[in-house]
Amino acid sequence: MASQIIFVILALAGIGLFSYNARKIVRNIKLGKAANRSDQPQKRLITMLKVAFGQTKMAVRPIPFFLHLIVYLGFVIINLEVLEIIVDGIFGSHRAFAGLGSFYNFLIGSFEFLAAGVWLACAVFLIRRNILKLKRFSGVEMKSWPKSDANYILITEILLMSAFLTMNAADAKLQILGEAHYINAGAFPVSTWLQALLPDQISTLIFIERFCWWFHIIGIFAFLNYLPYSKHFHIMLAFPNTYFSNLEPKGEFTNMASVTNEVKAMLDPSFVPAEAAPGKFGAKDVNDLSWANLLNAYTCTECGRCTSVCPANLTGKLLSPRKIMMDTRDRIEEVGKNLDKYGADHQDNKSLLDDYISREEIWACTSCNACTEACPINIDPLAIIVELRRYAVMEESVAPASINAMLGNVENNGAPWKYSPADRFNWATED
Amino acid sequence: MEFKVPTMAELLASGEEPEILFWVGCAGSYDERAQKITRDICKILHHVGIKYAVLGTEESCTGDPAKRAGNEFLFQMQAMTNIEVLNAYNIKKIVTGCPHCFNTIKNEYPGLGGTYEVIHHSQLIQDLINQGKLKAEGGESFKGKKITYHDPCYLGRGNGIYEAPRKALEILDAELVEMKRCKSNGLCCGAGGAQMFKEPEKGNKDINIERIEEALETQPQFIAAGCPFCMTMLNDGVKLKDKDQEVKVLDIAEITVRANGL
Repeated sequence: MASQIIFVILALAGIGLFSYNARKIVRNIKLGKAANRSDQPQKRLITMLKVAFGQTKMAVRPIPFFLHLIVYLGFVIINLEVLEIIVDGIFGSHRAFAGLGSFYNFLIGSFEFLAAGVWLACAVFLIRRNILKLKRFSGVEMKSWPKSDANYILITEILLMSAFLTMNAADAKLQILGEAHYINAGAFPVSTWLQALLPDQISTLIFIERFCWWFHIIGIFAFLNYLPYSKHFHIMLAFPNTYFSNLEPKGEFTNMASVTNEVKAMLDPSFVPAEAAPGKFGAKDVNDLSWANLLNAYTCTECGRCTSVCPANLTGKLLSPRKIMMDTRDRIEEVGKNLDKYGADHQDNKSLLDDYISREEIWACTSCNACTEACPINIDPLAIIVELRRYAVMEESVAPASINAMLGNVENNGAPWKYSPADRFNWATED
Repeated sequence: MEFKVPTMAELLASGEEPEILFWVGCAGSYDERAQKITRDICKILHHVGIKYAVLGTEESCTGDPAKRAGNEFLFQMQAMTNIEVLNAYNIKKIVTGCPHCFNTIKNEYPGLGGTYEVIHHSQLIQDLINQGKLKAEGGESFKGKKITYHDPCYLGRGNGIYEAPRKALEILDAELVEMKRCKSNGLCCGAGGAQMFKEPEKGNKDINIERIEEALETQPQFIAAGCPFCMTMLNDGVKLKDKDQEVKVLDIAEITVRANGL
């Protein structure tokens, strides 16, 4: 009974704390400006099913695709087992679903193969990051925390899978030894190989089985609460993020309605705009960005596919699309913390532009969309870069001199170069 | 030019409407290399007998470079002025000689009151080939020649057009070789996002050099392009690599004109 009470308290605390922290992230995302991303629900659903559930954009790189698929399937399918663990935990039963008979054996057997697969895949991931040191996992933005974060996640998953398999091995051995509480249930194609490593004493076996059971479930609750602090939150946000992704052609930049009003008023003095102009054009800080941009930032799992294909980054420029996303998330986290600590009116005199992302970075972008194409979960770093440029150009009139010259030419000559509009048709009479 | 390029104003004066408007673009109007491509697109239109016209001096920058640089005001001023001209002429269909103009008019003008059917000149060429109006005969033979095609970002990733320009090359019976990074994975030439008009940021290499090295790895005789800015970047790259004698950078339209002896 005592263990049941402890279990219920732990479960409630784990889920409660998680929803408290998750709600904070939702609040932070809502600090962003409005954006309409609920049109075409059917197309959105299909995008989510294909890109997030189906992992279609991962397939470009076959090795990580295969490894990630195992971990993803493991995560989704083995979590069915968590259901049983929760039932057992609350009611003090053991293998409550054993009544499913041969189907139960099939399930447990499959979980074992998946668990072994996840274990191996995570080990390979650790090797790729720490021994092979793949270039994609380094870069200026990959400081100590992002590096440790990745390793903590992989090690935790290995530990959870080890506990799961060891628990099964001890359980199976107890079943063979005929211990009453351990009913004959389940198939153990993988953990059977671990049995030889375990002692034969029943009390020790029970201790090992119980220890692994508690370790596994407490580990899951702890991991759940680690998510809101980690890049690993993508396992949840990937789904809404792909649902709310940009469905327009990548080449299209949004038309700013506030500007349309002003331009219309300029061209036609009798025009009366429907809504008041906003306080600011473009984005200086995170709350000038849209909620979709901020959702993108929280969804990023720092895989670096964007940066590895960015032409600016490849040729040694400062710009790294991954850094744009990580900076945006770090800044919105900071803004959220300030909000909790000092209230809504607090100003920390910092901003996303300049304190996090430099001018040199935003002006190095060729808007080629290689980053958005490469992102396996449809994150859009380009949209943020454009908003920062808009602020620099429209609010501050600060841009590289040659850009200002080009803008002057467009304004005065209707072409980005200094040619006379009267000469525009000369090409037809030359040659 | 052996024929006169008709303008919208002239057509209107004689009470006619064109089937398609050819949007030339700033590079196509002023850049010497791009002007040649502009004339070649006209040659194709003239050759197949499509009734077309250009705006001539009534055309102005689409506003694309201003928008990519973050100046939405200037972009919308340009866009609305252009839309006024296009709508006044009752334009329905537009072919552009530049992926940037193409993207802007196709995707960003509708929201400002300018909705047209917009195609890039490689799509026009593809259509003409499909209709049997355009072949690859009567001109220079590209048979067996090695050609590699560079995807412009605003045509490829920006709008998902990968096949049309390749179709225009396939008809040549040439040997098409793809670069390692092609189609949706293509590498930018370095000119997009208003980079064309500024010095690159500090780095260890220019983007067009990175791209041209990859193109040269395929050991091509021709590098095919579909964008005047890519054209400039690739040409500069080939010259810097001292390969401009062996490797020619040609636009899809130029290749079509050459192959048909127009």
